[in-house]
Amino acid sequence: MSVRIFVPRDSSAASVGAAAVCRAIEDEAARRGLAVDLVRNGSRGLYWLEPFVEVEVSGQRIAYGPVTPDDVPGLFDAGWLEGGAHALFQGPSEAIPYLEKQTRLTFARMGLGDPLSFDDYRAGGGLAGLRRALDLAPADIVAEIDASGLRGRGGAGFPTAIKWRTVLNAGGGQKYIVCNADEGDSGTFSDRMLMEGDPYCLIEGMVIAGLAVGADTGYIYLRSEYPDAWEILENAIVIANREGLLGDDLLGSGKRFELNLFKGAGAYVCGEETSLLESIEGKRGLVRAKPPLPALQGLFGLPTVVNNVITLGSVPWILANGGAAYQAHGMNRSRGTLPFQLAGNLKCTGLVEAPFGVTLRELLYDYGGGSASGRPIRAVQVGGPLGAFVPAADFDLPLDYEAFTAAGATVGHGGIVAFDDTVDMARMARYAMHFCAVESCGKCTPCRVGSVRGVELLDAMLDARSGGANDDTLLRDLCQTMLEGSLCAMGGMTPYPVLSALNHYPEDFGLAPKREEKVA
Amino acid sequence: MHPESSAVPAQADLLPALHRMQARLGYIPDQAVAELARTCNVSRAEVEGVIGFYHDFRREPPGRRRLQVCCAESCQAMGADALAAHAQARLGVGLGETTADGGVTLEAVYCLGNCACSPAVMLDGRVHGRVDATRLDALLAEGHAA
Repeated sequence: MSVRIFVPRDSSAASVGAAAVCRAIEDEAARRGLAVDLVRNGSRGLYWLEPFVEVEVSGQRIAYGPVTPDDVPGLFDAGWLEGGAHALFQGPSEAIPYLEKQTRLTFARMGLGDPLSFDDYRAGGGLAGLRRALDLAPADIVAEIDASGLRGRGGAGFPTAIKWRTVLNAGGGQKYIVCNADEGDSGTFSDRMLMEGDPYCLIEGMVIAGLAVGADTGYIYLRSEYPDAWEILENAIVIANREGLLGDDLLGSGKRFELNLFKGAGAYVCGEETSLLESIEGKRGLVRAKPPLPALQGLFGLPTVVNNVITLGSVPWILANGGAAYQAHGMNRSRGTLPFQLAGNLKCTGLVEAPFGVTLRELLYDYGGGSASGRPIRAVQVGGPLGAFVPAADFDLPLDYEAFTAAGATVGHGGIVAFDDTVDMARMARYAMHFCAVESCGKCTPCRVGSVRGVELLDAMLDARSGGANDDTLLRDLCQTMLEGSLCAMGGMTPYPVLSALNHYPEDFGLAPKREEKVA
Repeated sequence: MHPESSAVPAQADLLPALHRMQARLGYIPDQAVAELARTCNVSRAEVEGVIGFYHDFRREPPGRRRLQVCCAESCQAMGADALAAHAQARLGVGLGETTADGGVTLEAVYCLGNCACSPAVMLDGRVHGRVDATRLDALLAEGHAA
């Protein structure tokens, strides 16, 4: 009987050599005359151990990682097909604390099977949510989402049920479900993982959204930087149509849903929902003024739900297990779980799905294992390029939308990027303004002009900072204008990283440290 | 791409059409603009506007290979600035430029979704993670051998 070996096909695993490891295993097994059954699964999310190879031994998956092609003969010598000891041996996957401690709801199936195998999807509990939704009235589906407390996972945290109810009540006629898969925030990769590792979960979530609001057509707006996700989704849509997850007769119900894949073209701002809609319509991705809300006048001027990948990917679990079960996790008004993404200078980078309320310190040290460089972590940017830098003094903040807002920060899409003490925070502030200047859609002046002026001001501060007599009055004034006057979060939140850097690390800007001044 | 059942304007095919053309030719040539304007029922100015707005679309033929170095925060935290500087020094071009022999186009990119394996680069559409100067040189050399 052949032994099953799992080698992820996830693009991040591939980026560190998973395909070459796969070939090495095939070659070595053939050379030894051993029968192995290679499964290309999604990633388990323990990225620091990728390529993370699992061997199925008497029904249990034993992990080895990070495996290079050169390690493969030695692994066979060590008897890994029977779970033998080796320097790369990580034990049973499920018992690795990083994985064991997580609460995987949305990512329950992640990395278990072949992402495109519909049998694996069904066996892993897929379609249960859709089956239930097909038996419910649209308003009852929305009520279930309402009970779950689910909020938009793209960053804004808007209650999903309110958005859905608005579209449901927008009358009859053509409506759309648009999935925002323009995951451009640095430090985030959970959308990519879900699309590459459990694509039917996203599709099922979109179909349920369609049933809930009365929409029979959907679009996935996928960024062009994700070619592997594109290929998997293209195949998944074909198979889903064949299996009745999409098409004219959903699971034999007579109801229909058609799904289109749409490729972005490298514009960060198209992650803003109205800019994204303009892009699908074939226009420059200029942000629209709101109102009208996309829920009432969205794609092609028709009522449209725009939700992030993780929001939609959480829907099948909620329908299958009930809103109350989801709501039981989390804290305050942040209910359920968030797939946090640990990135940057951390020893144990990867995906951690945990209930809201987990602290930054737990994520950075208990999961993340501290910095990769071994130096102290000085700053953490949470929520992408528009998120604030959080200093070590605030690492006990619980991950909760309101707690972060109160601290002048944002949870965003759950991306966490750690920097060690070699980081230059004035340069990071300049980068934030530079990024905004590069990516601004140009429609509103505070963002278009403000970001350019911000770069100029910071360049001047960087030039003069050795003198220690810089003045930040003008920069703060500019940030205030951008905060209050910008049309969307691009210009409106770029001040978050800039101001947080100024507030917490004034010494990097050549500003006379205010606290010490008072003491002196 | 678009459902025939609903009334979707012809303009909605503009981005897919530009992607198709660029996949075939590597860039959007001048003479294609008028034709795209006709089939998508928009003015030539609107086609130019769309091409100019999105970073992906180019009006000049690119180099034979395309190297994108991620310069976003997670990769910065793991040495992307030094990697980008190395790439520029090795190829003798700045970001956004193509080597004189037309061999490589070097670009900055802001996030490849490979943040757990920073720093990352994309070479001819394939992502590589945990890249240092030595590995980058090896990747570029591999291409020349092939």
